[in-house]
Amino acid sequence: MTMHDVSLPSYLEQSPEVSARFRRIAERPVVLKVNRLGKTFDGVKGRIQALHDISFQVRRREFISIIGPSGCGKSTLVRILAGLDDHSAGEILLDDREVTGPGRDRGMVFQGYTLFPWLTVLKNVMFGLELSNSSNGISGVSAEQEARGWIEMVGLEAFADAYPHELSGGMKQRVAIARALANRPRILLMDEPFGALDAQTRAKMQSYLLQIWKNVDITILFITHDLEEAIYLSDRIVVLKANPGEIQEVIEVPVEHPRSPEQFLSQEFLATKKRLEELIHPAKDAEDMLPIIRMTQVGDDVY
Amino acid sequence: MARARYFIIWKELDPRRRRVFQVFSFIIPLAVWSLVSYCPAVWHPMVRVSDPGSIGHFRVDAMVQKGAFYRENAKALAEHRKPAQGVLANPVYLPAPHEVAKSFYKAFVTPPRLPEEPWLHESLWHSIKIIIWGFLISSVIAVPLGILAGTYRIFSYMTEPFVEFFRYLPAPAFAALSVAVLGIYDGPKVAIIVIGTFFQQVLMISNTTQRLDPALLEAAQTLGARGLKLFTRVVIPGILPDVYRDMRILLGWAWTYLIVAEVVGNSTGITWFINQQAKYRIYDNVYAAIIMIGIIGITTDIFLAWLGSELFVWKSRKRSILSRLRTVYTTSRTEPETAQVSHDNA
Repeated sequence: MTMHDVSLPSYLEQSPEVSARFRRIAERPVVLKVNRLGKTFDGVKGRIQALHDISFQVRRREFISIIGPSGCGKSTLVRILAGLDDHSAGEILLDDREVTGPGRDRGMVFQGYTLFPWLTVLKNVMFGLELSNSSNGISGVSAEQEARGWIEMVGLEAFADAYPHELSGGMKQRVAIARALANRPRILLMDEPFGALDAQTRAKMQSYLLQIWKNVDITILFITHDLEEAIYLSDRIVVLKANPGEIQEVIEVPVEHPRSPEQFLSQEFLATKKRLEELIHPAKDAEDMLPIIRMTQVGDDVY
Repeated sequence: MARARYFIIWKELDPRRRRVFQVFSFIIPLAVWSLVSYCPAVWHPMVRVSDPGSIGHFRVDAMVQKGAFYRENAKALAEHRKPAQGVLANPVYLPAPHEVAKSFYKAFVTPPRLPEEPWLHESLWHSIKIIIWGFLISSVIAVPLGILAGTYRIFSYMTEPFVEFFRYLPAPAFAALSVAVLGIYDGPKVAIIVIGTFFQQVLMISNTTQRLDPALLEAAQTLGARGLKLFTRVVIPGILPDVYRDMRILLGWAWTYLIVAEVVGNSTGITWFINQQAKYRIYDNVYAAIIMIGIIGITTDIFLAWLGSELFVWKSRKRSILSRLRTVYTTSRTEPETAQVSHDNA
């Protein structure tokens, strides 16, 4: 019996609490507006359409995930939003102003941590604050105080003077989150931030992230290829498909807040997961079967 | 199969074995040298005459070819004259290790033959000064240029093609020219070192700069860094330890140009000493002087390596002396619970 056989409610059904929450979100101002975004680049086999006609909006303090099969261009999309790559069509509006190039209004957390190895945890978190010192007139002392506050929030105050190489992967990623948040960005872009972590650390980081999101005024756009991670964390999930990268569906996650790991087995969770599986791994086709010749003896079957 | 563990590709040995083999790397050449020096059966093509006997043209302590010695003695014996006596010896240009070891001390305390000539330590110091000046002048220009060329394409295109061309020109080829321009004293010597070092240095530093992890630049940009800030806050600190390592390698190269540089114009420094001793046929001093260059080189390098690992703690992945002292003198610093100094993100 696979998951598809279980009779589940539709993922579109929302409890009154959940739909009330989505109505409340809909009243908030739009932080990020992506308008008919497209990206083409020239490959060896000619022009490749990486992203085509991507449009969506993210409202203030919303948690939105972008999910899709490998090669759907989700990393390209988040890099374009961060200003690290150019787009070929459409526009990106942050608070109704078009953005081009990277900037401190869009914080980013990368899968590879990207902490500055020559700076201590404290100095890493202070990096953005010190840059803005000259323009905002913040003194070094208050920048340090502020950075310490963020480090405390991710639970690493004992490691403020440690160098990144002394930290574990999960701790590094917490520093990276603190470093991005210290800049007070309008939106936090996260590109598969927990992809390199082991399952246990990943679960812990997901719970940390939800706590941070609850307590900090921040809008989060989260890239992942892990279906459960997307459902567990998000308000809405943007599902992309590959070749060309287009939006397949935007799903409102019907799982209630506050989220907890027990909800992984709830009806709404499973219904959403089933829908995502259908979208991302469409019915088994022949290419899943390997053309293997039988190389074992009769009576030696594994099943 | 305990032996097999030495032949696993890239398998690190335990620290004790490592040290033993490192010592071996010096013991092996020394053993070969000793074998040739102390084992007459191995080579010893000469005879040092201890008693000329009846052979007129032999002198005490003269070195005679083994063949000639035996021929003369056979002749003397046939004519019932007293044969010469002597011991097998190596040619004068291959002194034994203990003789070289002795001259390490001797060379420093022996006054120069002429009153205006320098002592050995003065010669050595003169050589070191040439190296320092040459390396300093080269670095002052090459390091900034290399970093710029590694960072901004415009500098890369404007310098690298010419530098690539120039680095094939052997520095000694400029000897005559530099004497004509800079005179016969230290000027042309420093110039040879500069020409030999500069062009490699620009390319090497530029290369190192380009190897900076681009993800760090991207991270800095999303944190609001741009333009010059990106350069001073990410590029410079990010490449500093690697530039330092390049400088160590280049300093070694500068030494290899020293011998050529010091015969340009009036011969000076350790090269003058070596040539002078060779002229007097005091070869143990020649060996001592050559080995001394090696010792100065490797001690400098070991010192610089140690200094580098203290300066760039984050790169050497160890804790600096300062932080170790802090742990000793402060009571409780919470140790990283899951801290790892492993290669997980190397």
